[in-house]
Amino acid sequence: MNQKYDITIGIECHVQLKTKTKLFSEVDNDARGKEPNSCVSPVDYALPGMLPRLNGEAIKLAIRAGAAMNAKINPSSRFDRKHYFYPDSPKGYQITQFYHPIVGEGYIELPSGKKIRIEHAHLEGDAGKLTHFDTYSLVDLNRVDTPLLEIVSMPDISSAEEARDYCKELWRNMVYADVTNGDLYNGNMRFDVNISLKKPEDKKLGTRAEIKNLNSFRSVERAVVYEYERQSKLLDRGEKIKQETRGWSDATGKTTSQRSKEEAQDYRYMPEPDLPPLNLSEEFIKAEYEKCPALPAEYRTRFADIIPADTLEVLLDYPELVSRLAEIAANDRPVDYVANLFASVLLAEENASLLNDPLPTAAQLTELAEMKAKKELSSTAAKEVFIKLFEQKHAGKSPRDLAKELNLIQENDSAALEAIVDAVLANPATKKAQEDYKAGETKVLGFLVGQVMKESKGKANPAAVSEILKNKLK
Amino acid sequence: MKIADKKTTAVSLVEASLKRIEETKDYNIFTFIDKDQALKKAQAIDDKIKKGENPGKLAGVPYALKANFLSKNRPADASAKILTEFISPVDSTTAEKLDKEGAICVGCVNLDAFAHGSSTENSYYGPTKNAKDKTRVAGGSSGGSAVAVALDCVEFATGSDTGGSIRQPASFNGVFGIKPTYGAISRYGVVAMASSLDVIGFFAKSAADLDLLMSVTAGKDEKDQTTLPDFYGSNDTELKKKSVGFIKEFMASEALDPEIKSALETKLAKLKDKGYKIVELSMPTLEYALAAYYIIQPAEVASNLSRYDGIRYGFRTENLKADDKTPLDLLFENTRSEGFMPENKRRIMIGNFVLSSGFYDAYFLKAAKARTLIIDEFNKAFADVDAILTPVSPNPAFKLGEKISDPVAMYLEDVMSVPVNLAGLPAVAFPVGENKAGLPLGLQIIGPRRSDKNLLKLTEELA
Repeated sequence: MNQKYDITIGIECHVQLKTKTKLFSEVDNDARGKEPNSCVSPVDYALPGMLPRLNGEAIKLAIRAGAAMNAKINPSSRFDRKHYFYPDSPKGYQITQFYHPIVGEGYIELPSGKKIRIEHAHLEGDAGKLTHFDTYSLVDLNRVDTPLLEIVSMPDISSAEEARDYCKELWRNMVYADVTNGDLYNGNMRFDVNISLKKPEDKKLGTRAEIKNLNSFRSVERAVVYEYERQSKLLDRGEKIKQETRGWSDATGKTTSQRSKEEAQDYRYMPEPDLPPLNLSEEFIKAEYEKCPALPAEYRTRFADIIPADTLEVLLDYPELVSRLAEIAANDRPVDYVANLFASVLLAEENASLLNDPLPTAAQLTELAEMKAKKELSSTAAKEVFIKLFEQKHAGKSPRDLAKELNLIQENDSAALEAIVDAVLANPATKKAQEDYKAGETKVLGFLVGQVMKESKGKANPAAVSEILKNKLK
Repeated sequence: MKIADKKTTAVSLVEASLKRIEETKDYNIFTFIDKDQALKKAQAIDDKIKKGENPGKLAGVPYALKANFLSKNRPADASAKILTEFISPVDSTTAEKLDKEGAICVGCVNLDAFAHGSSTENSYYGPTKNAKDKTRVAGGSSGGSAVAVALDCVEFATGSDTGGSIRQPASFNGVFGIKPTYGAISRYGVVAMASSLDVIGFFAKSAADLDLLMSVTAGKDEKDQTTLPDFYGSNDTELKKKSVGFIKEFMASEALDPEIKSALETKLAKLKDKGYKIVELSMPTLEYALAAYYIIQPAEVASNLSRYDGIRYGFRTENLKADDKTPLDLLFENTRSEGFMPENKRRIMIGNFVLSSGFYDAYFLKAAKARTLIIDEFNKAFADVDAILTPVSPNPAFKLGEKISDPVAMYLEDVMSVPVNLAGLPAVAFPVGENKAGLPLGLQIIGPRRSDKNLLKLTEELA
């Protein structure tokens, strides 16, 4: 990217927490596949006289999320009301933590080693969903008061790539901490990106624009690139940047103005009188903090020198795969080959559907890796067994049984191999090749090895065959 | 209460109640009469008694719900147009508890819409008239509840008190009313006015009846996280000092009616005779109570009324056409413009003003600080006295229409009742006879937090 101007980026991320019930009521928080307005209690619906009941599970998840961003948890936090009129907000206000958030300062460390500081993170209720038609709109309140943790970064990010990396690393940390389903497509995490530009020599930050509601790492990156272009063109012409909220369209690849600063709403924040201040004991915070499972950073340390860094980065997007590797490593078994299978076979585009099937167990994968190491399976055969292990009819089978069933065990027995080699050499069709080899054309050896492999129906170990042939043709 | 009276039946009690409601129709007390349900429930209670089953502590007692209480399948419109035709699908915790103890709701009674007012004149259904003088106000906001009890339509009625809404109508109509400690009774299912000030309480004919009602309804409710852990009847604050205070500044107020003042002096003398130490308290901070109250209360009111937008329930405007506005904006604006009473709108405007960006610190935050000072001043007073005896309001019931066009004069009626709400204290209003014109006079006795039961005992001594 052109670096005429410095970019300063801060990101706010809304994470939907995977609690069983909603933030303030006891109805199901998971409305996937359910009828509109079927996961709505009188509290969410904002009948008169209904009062919020704070969900303790959301507090626990917020603490664990805090741990996943190396943050301090505030022992005392409070809720506030943020007022606005819109049909997606039944109460006419959102319950949030404006003045006293639960999660204090922390940071996210990017794979590059750069630390992006977290300013704070606060709990709040999500809004409902509107679907607009020609002359009317429909309201679905299923999502109302799904617990959200809004994570606010400091303006420490300075490029589109870094913005993407931050979002991705934050997503990974939240998913590893197991506080969210992390399904970006369904809006489980949504990003608002604040961008301003300034000349390198300027001390003061430029006026920022906020791009709202980005829901993929790629759109975050593209939107920043677009905004840099847009803002730098304005600055080049000596124009001013307007402080405003902008929307992003994946289809057009552009941001468009939604609301200027002047049109910004006055939310009339007020302490939420229906919920007492949230006071957490040190023991409670500590207990929840310690429940945070291993995070990507820990795996990077654990697997350094074992799994190539770029392979590991790819695998880190799949917590289930990494946790399987960790399981194998915990039994003191090597993980490099399995990691390679994951990265090169399982994550290959043509095998995409495998990710929907149950992952083979640590025991299965360990056995498979051992067979490969002992050359009982050729590389091709090992991949085939690996893929077959995902099939329901082979579920739970030992790779050895499966390989036998598929007749894939590699022939390493030299007597048996010699017999096959002799048979091939006795075949008149190979006579010419044998003569050529003896005359110094060593590259025909490959042809001969191939003939032996064919004769063995692929079970011969090609390296062993090659050695035997070399001896025989001396 | 006739609760323990085995000579009668629930059905005859309910019939008598319904008859009395019919006779007092011109007072405009009831906004909904639930005749069939009430009689059905009375029959069920009588059957239970016949079978020797426990019919509950309030078996067969007819009562009225202030119309801002939700109860299943009954309207709960808070006397507000914007909630007309809203039938509640759920029970308020209080209605549920009363029902469980066999009390019989005969209907819902009038209030100032959304409990905004001190006269019940701000009702969509028009004013309820004073029990002793039909040309005068019932007080408010729980005017219907007070008059229903005063005129024997029911044995008791529920109320809510945000700035005096139980105590003032109780004193205007010569009945007993309790404003419990904040958080003693669940607010779940009661149309919210100002959440940090609202308490649920009752009107009845005696302190003993109020005690019974408290014992049935008070307690922790998981549906209202601001409720206190159970204390009523077991861990109440004791009043052991044998000392009662009065507030110098209230007694010196020029606004105070001389007959109320002398009634108060008479009671103090009576207490002195009984061996109580009488202490004059100077509480200068209370001067700021009304101002603080009329900032905090409208702010919370504006917020709590945000949910009435015409989208999900209640009244919805039909005026959705204008060239310069979107139908959505018109839906919000016109539903609210047409559905709220002028007093509701006044409070929404004040509330939104004091919460708006740039004014929050100057108004809301300052008021919150004043509130803390008032709490401190009460705490200091309760270091010396068990309870404080004060007027409920400076004057007895005023004429219908007298103050309706002068909101500030109306707000001044609350000057002696709102400090109690700001501090979350319990207070009991009790009748002390009538003035020369035959209007009921009332006083209130204020105690420290959680002294509700002992305060009722003290009321019995005083009354």
